[in-house]
Amino acid sequence: MMTTQTSGDVRLSGISKTYDNGFTAVQPLDLTVPQGSFFALLGASGCGKTTTLRMIAGLEEPSSGTVHLGDQEVTHLPPYKRPVNTVFQSYALFPHLDIFENVAFGLRRRGIKSVKKQVDEMLDLVQLGEQARKKPHQLSGGQQQRVAVARALINHPKVLLLDEPLGALDLKLRRQMQLELKRIQTEVGITFVHVTHDQEEAMTMADTVAVMNGGRVEQLGSPTDLYENPRTTFVANFLGTSNLIEAEVDTRSGEDIVLKAGGGKLVLPGARCSAPAQAGGKVLVGIRPEKISLTHADDAGEIPAGRNRITGKIAHSSFIGVSTQYVVDSAVCPEFEVYAQNVDRDPRLVPGADVVLHWSPAHTFGLDAAQDIDAGVETAGEEAA
Amino acid sequence: MPFVNWLKRHLVVIAGLLTLSYLLLPNVVVTVFSFNKPKGRFNYEWQQFSTDAWKDPCGVADMCGSLGLSLQIAVWATLGATVLGTMIAFALVRYRFRARGAVNSLIFLPMAMPEVVMAASLLTLFLNMGAQLGFWTILIAHIMFCLSFVVTAVKARVMSMDPRLEQAAQDLYAGPAQTFLRVTLPIAAPGIAAGALLAFALSFDDFIITNFNAGSTVTFPMFVWGSAQRGTPVQINVIGTAMFLVAVLFVLAGMIIGNRRNRQKA
Amino acid sequence: MATVTEAEAPPLAPETDPKPPRKRGRLVPYWLLLPGLLWLVIFFALPMIYQASTSVQTGSLEEGYKVTWHFATYWDSLTEYWPQFLRSVSYAAAATVLCLLLGYPLAYLIAFRAGRWRNLIMILVIAPFFTSFLIRTLAWKTILADSGPVVGALNTLHVLDVTTWLGWTAGDRVLATPLAVVCGLTYNFLPFMILPLYTSLERIDGRLHEAAGDLYARPWTTFRKVTFPLSMPGVVSGTLLTFIPAAGDYVNAELLGSTDTRMIGNVIQTQFLRILDYPTAAALSFILMAAILLMVTVYIRRSGTEDLV
Repeated sequence: MMTTQTSGDVRLSGISKTYDNGFTAVQPLDLTVPQGSFFALLGASGCGKTTTLRMIAGLEEPSSGTVHLGDQEVTHLPPYKRPVNTVFQSYALFPHLDIFENVAFGLRRRGIKSVKKQVDEMLDLVQLGEQARKKPHQLSGGQQQRVAVARALINHPKVLLLDEPLGALDLKLRRQMQLELKRIQTEVGITFVHVTHDQEEAMTMADTVAVMNGGRVEQLGSPTDLYENPRTTFVANFLGTSNLIEAEVDTRSGEDIVLKAGGGKLVLPGARCSAPAQAGGKVLVGIRPEKISLTHADDAGEIPAGRNRITGKIAHSSFIGVSTQYVVDSAVCPEFEVYAQNVDRDPRLVPGADVVLHWSPAHTFGLDAAQDIDAGVETAGEEAA
Repeated sequence: MPFVNWLKRHLVVIAGLLTLSYLLLPNVVVTVFSFNKPKGRFNYEWQQFSTDAWKDPCGVADMCGSLGLSLQIAVWATLGATVLGTMIAFALVRYRFRARGAVNSLIFLPMAMPEVVMAASLLTLFLNMGAQLGFWTILIAHIMFCLSFVVTAVKARVMSMDPRLEQAAQDLYAGPAQTFLRVTLPIAAPGIAAGALLAFALSFDDFIITNFNAGSTVTFPMFVWGSAQRGTPVQINVIGTAMFLVAVLFVLAGMIIGNRRNRQKA
Repeated sequence: MATVTEAEAPPLAPETDPKPPRKRGRLVPYWLLLPGLLWLVIFFALPMIYQASTSVQTGSLEEGYKVTWHFATYWDSLTEYWPQFLRSVSYAAAATVLCLLLGYPLAYLIAFRAGRWRNLIMILVIAPFFTSFLIRTLAWKTILADSGPVVGALNTLHVLDVTTWLGWTAGDRVLATPLAVVCGLTYNFLPFMILPLYTSLERIDGRLHEAAGDLYARPWTTFRKVTFPLSMPGVVSGTLLTFIPAAGDYVNAELLGSTDTRMIGNVIQTQFLRILDYPTAAALSFILMAAILLMVTVYIRRSGTEDLV
């Protein structure tokens, strides 16, 4: 019964990798990638995402656990016997073969004689029909990337693995290739497992994202779910930006938890709190910068009742076209980030102005206070730079 | 079957190690036979253990003299070839000039020429000029054939050097001479050192060209050659073993220093 | 030392540098080039011309030599010494093939499988260079001695019967036979094969192996279709670095061979240094040079190294 429903899923059970020198790259890990999905492994460098990918590809032998492709266990199969193909980081195109032969390589290895038609079709799919007889070094980065995709896809793998496939491209080309890869995935319907450190890339392309940190999966879910309901500080900080405030649980009133932070009170829906919230215990309260409204202190009376509020003073503001980003000093959090859409700009909101920050309690999330409040902040910043 | 699988997986390693032992076997023999006490004039068959030769390495007439001469020639040849070769390498990589192709071939040809051809033609020249064969003709010949190797070694290093480093130095107010001394030369130094080491090894061990152009002067390789006809003293093996050990120690020391430097950098 | 030889590896295809940067001080390059090039012109190029002229001279030591455009010397020396020429080429070719077969696994081992032993093995490959090669060649006299274990083993296994039938050895002996000479040549020039091979293998991006495996190539296919083609520059310069000096060598033939294994180098040496027949020696040396240059050119063209990245 179990076996029939998992016809094409990638299943990792208790898989881990410890190197000879004692370094554990991947902690025992269970992960199922549903057939036909676009799955992203997201994390900073060294988090174990590439090792996980290489264990699926067969380029790395797991220290424990099993890898299943559908019904078939492939844990100890060498890469050349697995129905899996990889788009390598910086592509690994064979420099001595032309584009056509690069794409035909896998077919020829499997003893297929007439490859011309398939290769031509594949090159058309990635819009490189004209370049078939060029050598890899004669192509641009974006073109090489498409050759790498074509070379892998032509084998109709059960799973296509992509190891930072867009890392070597410039920003504009990267955006373009993200859409292109998404289009190809929809067209061929093959499961894609994509490793990246770029959170925007993961969120744009993938149906499901697994955020990895220190060899473990911190959280797994759809991009919106991860963004709206992060369950750890790492996820909250690594995906986008979060304002985290340390608060004390005051009371529970029905579905909601009432918290004390500084002098004020904040309300958090109990369902959005991933930490045990007992009265007197600590919780980290999180709120995304774009969810917050900014009102000048003089107009504080106009703020509707029932919203969470915090008072503070604007420290910096930077205008970036569609929005303005403010950094607000407040008693509960030294650098509160607020992104305000530039719809009706209030000219009084300049550095030094006293303001009230307020947001709907429904947008608040609660995290376990027993973690590093800054986890994922620096790594995210470094990688994005 | 596990043995067959093991064999299959390690076939390359086994074959490689066999080759390595083929390479090292003569050195082992040389070392072992430096402790031999041969019966006749030739040291090819094992008789009995003895440390006589090690106690008296210079006990053979003319051998240590020829060794000294070889070292002297190698040092001067290295110096000459390194200076001339480094200059050429810099000119080739850093400047544009006419007849580049011709210069490149003139440097490439000595490396693609059998030694005996160069040796014979150089001797023709010396005979025609009526030059006295000896130290100077050997030195001239050694500088000639070491030169190309130095050029190649230094050129490889200078070519892999980012020209922006020199531009950066100039941007930071270094004049041409200072740029060269403080940036270019230090970065090129490993290449120059490599070229010099290679030149030293080539010169010190050269036999064919020296044999043609030495007249009656005897370098160490020529001494060994002569002794292969007259009788091989055990001391030859002592020198051979000592050279091997010194070389290994040198390389090991260099490697350890290099490693330590890298670690400090990291 | 590793860097020494790495640098030594690529030179065998004359290269053209991609447009070097223009600089001020237009005479500087000429001053830098002048001393070294003069040296090469006077002591390398000029001697070639002298030798060419010597080869068409006639006369004798007592009366002196004159250029008489006596090209017959070429023909005479070819007809007289063609067996030695043939031997030089075939011994050198055999040694080159053996070097490739023996050297490739070791170079591959150092490049991909040695791990932390890499440096040590590298030292062991290079270190013998520092012991005079004549001493090491003489050691082969001991190794291949008639009463030694190697000959004994080959005899017991009846290998010598086969090699004698092929004409490589004579009776119960290995010394003073073609096999001994080829063995010595192989030994002497093996590092010249290993180092360029290693350099070009080491340059191969490990991910290409993974990519080949990912695309259904078994290890052996990966080697044939990816590793070996990408190591071609090393194979070409390695074979050249082995073949050229081996073809001109006379040390191994003299120390390990007999009068029946004399190579062209031996003849040139004897003519020049003992018989003092300079025109014949010069002509032989010229023929050897021309033959090797021709073979090298054809080989480089055929192997199509310029087509490789």
